[in-house]
Amino acid sequence: MTRCLVSAFVLCLAAGLGAQVTSDRLVNANGEPQNWLTYSGTYNSQRHTLLKQINPANVKTLEQKWVLQNQVFGAWESSPVVVDGVMYVTQRPNDVLALDAATGKVFWLYRYTNSGDQQVCCGANNRGVAILGDTLFMGTLDAHLVAIDAKNGKPLWITEVAPSKLAYSITMAPLVVKDKVIVGVGGGEYGIRGFIAAYDAKTGKEAWRFYAIPAPGEPGSETWEKDDDWAHGGASVWITGSYDPALNLTYWGIGNPGPDWNPAQRRGDNLYSDSVVALDADTGRLKWHFQFTPNDGYDYDAVQVPVLADMTWRGAPAKVMLWANRNGFFYVLDRVTGRFLSGTPFVKVNWASGLDDKGRPLQTPQPEGAPTWPGNQGGTNWYSPSFSPRTELFYVSAWVDYASIFRREEAVYEPGRRFNGGGQTAVTPTPDSPGIGIGRRGPINNWTDLVGHGAVLALDPRTGKEKWRFEQYDVTDSGILTTATDLLFTGGREGYFHALDARTGALLWKVSLGGSIVNGPVSYQVAGKQYVTVIAGNALFTYALRE
Amino acid sequence: MTDMRTAMCWAALVFALASGRLVAQAALQDHPGQYDRADIEAGSRLYAAQCAPCHGVNGDMITGVDLRRGQFKTVVSDEDLVRVLAMGRPAAGMPAFATFQPTEVTGLIAFIRAGFDATATAVKVGDPRRGQSLFEGKGACATCHRVNGRGPRIATDLSDIGTIRTPGSLQRSLLDPARSLLPANRMVDAVMKDGRRIRGRRLNEDTYTVQVMDEQERIVSLTKADLRSYDVRNETAMPSYATSLAPDEVSDVIAYLLGLKGPQP
Repeated sequence: MTRCLVSAFVLCLAAGLGAQVTSDRLVNANGEPQNWLTYSGTYNSQRHTLLKQINPANVKTLEQKWVLQNQVFGAWESSPVVVDGVMYVTQRPNDVLALDAATGKVFWLYRYTNSGDQQVCCGANNRGVAILGDTLFMGTLDAHLVAIDAKNGKPLWITEVAPSKLAYSITMAPLVVKDKVIVGVGGGEYGIRGFIAAYDAKTGKEAWRFYAIPAPGEPGSETWEKDDDWAHGGASVWITGSYDPALNLTYWGIGNPGPDWNPAQRRGDNLYSDSVVALDADTGRLKWHFQFTPNDGYDYDAVQVPVLADMTWRGAPAKVMLWANRNGFFYVLDRVTGRFLSGTPFVKVNWASGLDDKGRPLQTPQPEGAPTWPGNQGGTNWYSPSFSPRTELFYVSAWVDYASIFRREEAVYEPGRRFNGGGQTAVTPTPDSPGIGIGRRGPINNWTDLVGHGAVLALDPRTGKEKWRFEQYDVTDSGILTTATDLLFTGGREGYFHALDARTGALLWKVSLGGSIVNGPVSYQVAGKQYVTVIAGNALFTYALRE
Repeated sequence: MTDMRTAMCWAALVFALASGRLVAQAALQDHPGQYDRADIEAGSRLYAAQCAPCHGVNGDMITGVDLRRGQFKTVVSDEDLVRVLAMGRPAAGMPAFATFQPTEVTGLIAFIRAGFDATATAVKVGDPRRGQSLFEGKGACATCHRVNGRGPRIATDLSDIGTIRTPGSLQRSLLDPARSLLPANRMVDAVMKDGRRIRGRRLNEDTYTVQVMDEQERIVSLTKADLRSYDVRNETAMPSYATSLAPDEVSDVIAYLLGLKGPQP
């Protein structure tokens, strides 16, 4: 009888039947490092695992355990979630797969069929799911939010978040906080009015909505000087935010204003474009905001993952937010108040000569036809950074020596159509030389490092200075994972998956996976074995130590 | 003979053509020149705004599709392009662009068919037969460039150059090769740790390796960790034809090159 009960218990564990992911589990995700419960692992978005099995001494013995082949084209930007031995990963445009995280064997596949009128600027991307209880949540290209039974892959409810005919879309993984599912909308190149909205996880009913552009009369509306600019001013939200349970604040990076490249057409600071906003998680009420790039003319979305850290600042304990922005500056903010603490360029910057004591850039627009650093894709972009509480270093994938020439044009807003206000080209050494595209590349690098190259930068938040850098020949769109054993995992467009020493940047291990890595690695543990998963090209690879 | 020719080519170096454009393409540009320049320019702007975010500024960011080079998954005719724009490719995530006006569709196709070169129609294209004579004779182009299985490989093979280059970019390469040489095609000079020296034309490179067509026409992959020194040269020894050929002769060579479409069935 006893043996029977024990067997049943073991079976339960193996099958993950106790896998109700409560809100408390999400808050205390660091207490169960065997799981990867949210887009960035934990609410503080440090993308740092506490697992210690893989370390600098044995990382050379990593070996591939399984591969999941993807059947669709284009960049695979998804970041998996892993719960009690089951991995949930999306593939473009809007498929969800549930896999055995130890073997890669698929339990079920859910395929959402988009309406057909979806429009996205930059590929049919989806970056992952969120989970609460036994329910998964996915945003769709046609701007719906879908709740899916995590056990069998069947949809439970589908809610329209915004009209896809007006080019609203969702590409980010949602964030679950308490009983709500929070998403933002893409479409910043189509004249949307961006927003963040929370939905009841049980019913799909909207609980609150925060517009990333204030309506006339609301605080901040004075930053849109012309009458109707605000109504189609962009400010999309396409990367998952973070959450501080103690403050009950959820933090979100807001995208570029529209039209992208013609700031003269939308005079004013254009709040809350290119800002981070701190919202009350229960009501969506704005607690504070900080704008990185007022009246942006360079497409410098602030769509980076807000990284939350508790550290000593000027001799006192502080709750800070670390942010390497697309505009080329690395910021430290007080996440309780939004106060600017420091800001330092981490790549070459010439669109601003510096920041004032409140963090506002001293803008220095370049003459027509002259290069602007960083280029349109930014000093970094949406690629997940990492913070290690052990090294107290912030790690980011950067584009180095990369510039663009911007062209400004008057744009006319037409519902559902591109609203760019000009264009941009990467600065290349010869007239016919290819520039750098976004997302991924073919097997030949025909632009070379003369157009720009990638690097992992290890930045010291207290000084803003670079501690070390790991350079790559091609640029990198890869996220970064650090470990409690001072390892750093990252990839790049060339398809190499690297393990570095997080303290020195020394290369400890690498493998060529043959396709661009356009997402962040994750780590988890099943049956006592630590795994590291990364997606490269059209396949998802999982590694563990050699047995 | 081969050594001498190779040495001459090394001295004369590379025609400024793209690596990554070596794959033979079917000639899909049915009627070059049928679109006027205004269409192409309009298409260029529309492309930058509507298409480049997914397809890339060079049109090659979607696997299996290279718009600039006329490489598609299913499209053959211009009518096919019209259809794809109108219907999209929902399964691949491409939306329908049903709101485009017919003139916009025409412009986009013109731009794609012009190989993404808004100046494509501005360059004079001469007589291809005279051009071939110049290529093989006075211009001595064939000393370094291979065409249809004849000639050395140290410089880029031009057998299908007519499908991947436009008159404007060919003219730039002929008149100002030093400033037109694509970085991807630069010559590299590497010395291995054991002292062996490898020189050749770069085919591809990444953080840890470089791929080269060496002086003996071998394709070689080098691991940078094995190298004592590695130098990428930014000069080209290809002569400028700005003075050695008359303007009409340059136009003739361009015409010959544009007629090189790769093997035909």
